[in-house]
Amino acid sequence: MAEPLLEVRDLKVSFRTEDGIVHAVDGISFTVAEGEVVGIVGESGSGKSVTMMSVMRLITDPNVIYQGEILYKGRDLMALSRDAMRKVRGEEISMIFQDPMTSLNPVYTVGWQIEEQLKEHYELTKGQARRRATELLAQVGIPRPEQRIDDYPHQFSGGMRQRVMIALALSCNPDLLIADEPTTALDVTIQAQILELIKNLKRDFGSAVTLITHDLGVVADIADRILVMYAGRIVEEGSKEQIFYDPQHPYTWGLLGSIARLDRPKARRLTAIAGQPPSLINRPQGCSFRPRCPQAFDRCRVEDPHLTSKVGEGHLDACHLSVEDKRTRRDATINPELAETA
Amino acid sequence: MTVFEPEAEAIVLDAEEARGEIVGRSPWELASRRLLRNKLALAALALFLLIVAVSLAAPLYAHHVSHTDPFASNISGTIQLNGKTVQVIQQGGGKLGLGETPIGPTWQGQYFIGADAQGRDVAARVLYGGRASLFIGVGSALLACFIAMVMALVAGYVGGATDFALSRLMDLIWAFPLYLLAISLATVLLARPSDKPLKIGFITVQPSSLWIPLVIIGLVYVPYVYRPIRGQVLSLREKEFVEAAIAQGAGSLRIVFREVLPNVLSTVIVLLPLMIATTILTESALSYLSIGVQPPKASWGTIIQDGQSLLYTRPWVAIAPGIMIVLTVLALNVFGDGLRDALDPRSKVRMK
Amino acid sequence: MLTFVVRRLLGLVAVMFVLSILVFLIFFETPGVDPARLMAGRNPSPQTIANIRHEFGLDRPLPVRYALMMKRMFITRDLISYGSHTKVIPEILHATPVTLSLVFGAAIIWVVFSIALGLAAAVLRGTIWDPLLMVLALIGISMPVFWLGEIVNLFTQSRWHNSFLFSWVPPLGYTPLTQDPVTWFEGLVFPWLTLSVLYVGFYARVLRANLIETENEDYVRTARAKGISERRVLVKHNLRTSMITFVSLFGLDFGILVAGGALLTEVVFGLPGVGLLTYNSLTSLDLPVIMATVIYGAFFITLASALVDLLYAWLDPRVRPT
Repeated sequence: MAEPLLEVRDLKVSFRTEDGIVHAVDGISFTVAEGEVVGIVGESGSGKSVTMMSVMRLITDPNVIYQGEILYKGRDLMALSRDAMRKVRGEEISMIFQDPMTSLNPVYTVGWQIEEQLKEHYELTKGQARRRATELLAQVGIPRPEQRIDDYPHQFSGGMRQRVMIALALSCNPDLLIADEPTTALDVTIQAQILELIKNLKRDFGSAVTLITHDLGVVADIADRILVMYAGRIVEEGSKEQIFYDPQHPYTWGLLGSIARLDRPKARRLTAIAGQPPSLINRPQGCSFRPRCPQAFDRCRVEDPHLTSKVGEGHLDACHLSVEDKRTRRDATINPELAETA
Repeated sequence: MTVFEPEAEAIVLDAEEARGEIVGRSPWELASRRLLRNKLALAALALFLLIVAVSLAAPLYAHHVSHTDPFASNISGTIQLNGKTVQVIQQGGGKLGLGETPIGPTWQGQYFIGADAQGRDVAARVLYGGRASLFIGVGSALLACFIAMVMALVAGYVGGATDFALSRLMDLIWAFPLYLLAISLATVLLARPSDKPLKIGFITVQPSSLWIPLVIIGLVYVPYVYRPIRGQVLSLREKEFVEAAIAQGAGSLRIVFREVLPNVLSTVIVLLPLMIATTILTESALSYLSIGVQPPKASWGTIIQDGQSLLYTRPWVAIAPGIMIVLTVLALNVFGDGLRDALDPRSKVRMK
Repeated sequence: MLTFVVRRLLGLVAVMFVLSILVFLIFFETPGVDPARLMAGRNPSPQTIANIRHEFGLDRPLPVRYALMMKRMFITRDLISYGSHTKVIPEILHATPVTLSLVFGAAIIWVVFSIALGLAAAVLRGTIWDPLLMVLALIGISMPVFWLGEIVNLFTQSRWHNSFLFSWVPPLGYTPLTQDPVTWFEGLVFPWLTLSVLYVGFYARVLRANLIETENEDYVRTARAKGISERRVLVKHNLRTSMITFVSLFGLDFGILVAGGALLTEVVFGLPGVGLLTYNSLTSLDLPVIMATVIYGAFFITLASALVDLLYAWLDPRVRPT
């Protein structure tokens, strides 16, 4: 297998706070291959954003503590000097954020902001930079780019602004694009457009994508592999098909069950996962999902499950239940129809 | 085949399992904890309270320590200094050797920092002055905040013509440069012949009454407090919890008291120390210009004015009250900052 | 643009009108205040008071008096001061350059220093320098400006005047620029420094608070994600947006100072500026001068606020009319 583009090894990210040390990310490892789309799914506080912000070394909190390694094309990003990391940002790895209205500087035109990034990484004349910026705007589907390049962010609609963000992120042809909840702040119809755009970009630019979201439905179409995170750890990992058709962890079942679907013959209740995520300062003993897990039994209280592959190549989960147990309970709890299409 | 029913398989938590729970706290609790952790802010508060206490103890000082009446002239008085009898006002003393010079700092019980041109004990006067300055400072700040709060609540919540009228009134007062307004009011109220004191209804107000500067300064700062509160009321009015209260059938008055007031109150609480600092500075300026506190009363500002003619010979008369002002205002500012940080901690501070 | 100017002009006229009426009412209609009696000095005879009243037209009906005064101020421009019996307008014009010299010089100093201090404090957050600088700023805003001026005078005019440090400081007062630029400058150095202390403290804190707030904004995060240098992020992104508030506050304060708000500094340093003129006219109830200075003040404040609005629109594209 070719060397992965990004390899995260046992990453732990903690924050010193007034109430104690918060273990936001508690030892996760995963890889992203070239051109691959990886979806990272989890609820608020699961550590998904902190993980990728750590990859970019964008966390400015002075109370942060890192452990582990983040290897990008073989180099440990954690060990790079600040200047070297600056070169990586924007040029090799770039990021788009959740709210495009606040993520773009309101006092500069979009053209200026794209050109700023271009000129930081390449030697370009003003004319060349402007031409390239116009091209980028066209590529992300902004109409009349030669005129809109001189507009300010507040003059664009939400979906258009996100496209501008994407243009910005791709301006230096990065090999990895991190998308942190890119569609959460947008309407559902625009959501589809943006996801389509990201899918096409993967094809046109060849970049790998890590898509962070709390909504499994968002990654259903474009992800190659999916990581499910809970309370700072990965609880399940696998290809899209494996996750959707043979989910192994009760948390994943909860996530799948909570997706509203229109293609049912009969309406049914959305399932909810009761309870609250655990405190990241005092982890409960045993499995951290246990207080909310209807499938829990005695072993769950005592022993912390490890992320291991039980059911197939590349499909890992962190649950004590046996594979057969899982299948029976799952089919009984999530969805009869899902079991049929497996 | 059953649907996923979490209630049917409810898990009961034991004490040991509660270890994994997130503990919730109210915003006031959080704020108090943060404030109590801020040593600097607490020290500033302590300093302010110390100054208040010392000023309140002025009569004790005058009686027991300096043995003088700080308001009575003592031009021909004498004191015992190091066994010798010394004139309080000396002829031809001081650097310039001209005319009469009051005694300088003795750094002892009597005339600790010297005498002023009237032979009065400056240290005792500074303490008495503190009472006036603090009374006016705190009083006018409270007055301004109270009036502004009531007006802002009414204007912001009722809206329409009332809001328009009140806000235009505030704009007008605010358009007057602050000092000019204060000076105008003060001049007008104080420029009266001594046989015709100010009468409001059946209350006769003496020109030296501390209430005059208090009310003037309080009124002048109403627009300053009014604006942010009104803005807040307007935005709170649109918030969902107010809509919810209306949907529950709560009347306007109840909404104002239950939902809006607590939020507004926290803004005012943060504003208060800073307002007091501002009003103390304003009062001292007005008194310095002789249109604030009037004799026979004294305030820190008037004492600085007293000290002006003695500045090059007996500077301590002017310096001492100023130091008191700086300490008081500084303490209030530091405490106000700490209060603000406690209620809105977005700054990332390095821990441990 | 034209509508903006026209609207502002109308606003200016409206404000001046309302203010002048207010001033008139305050000084002439407050119960118990009789300007004629006050101007007559100690123990006047009824005849003296009546004479004064007639001389200054105080026995005419209120609207007539007001109209007369306005006519004298704007049309015939021969409004006479009650106190000095000289023309009011030249008096103000004489005082204006003094105030402008004071305020402009102080403004330059305070803007430069507050930006430097605010930036330094924000950049050096987490080190000992940040709280140190902020305490310095706090002390600056905690000092009564007239008291600071007195202390400065104490040292520069008296105590250390004969040392090399301050021997060059001229006696208190103002020397016109046209007469002797060097003395003009020397006489203004300490007034400039004294006046700016207060404002440096205030603006450094404002800027630092803004910088810290914008630091947490998403677009600063995006700027970092683009890989640009920390310095560029600070100046082009963080500082640029923080300056919007800074500039609008500055504009208003500057306007207020020019309008006569620097009176305490003028008093302490013996500078015969507009502030001092206003103060003297207020305490002696010299109504024509009061009226003129209030109008002058209103003009400058309205002008300043209009300029601030323009500046704001230039700095923040979001408020521009599309």
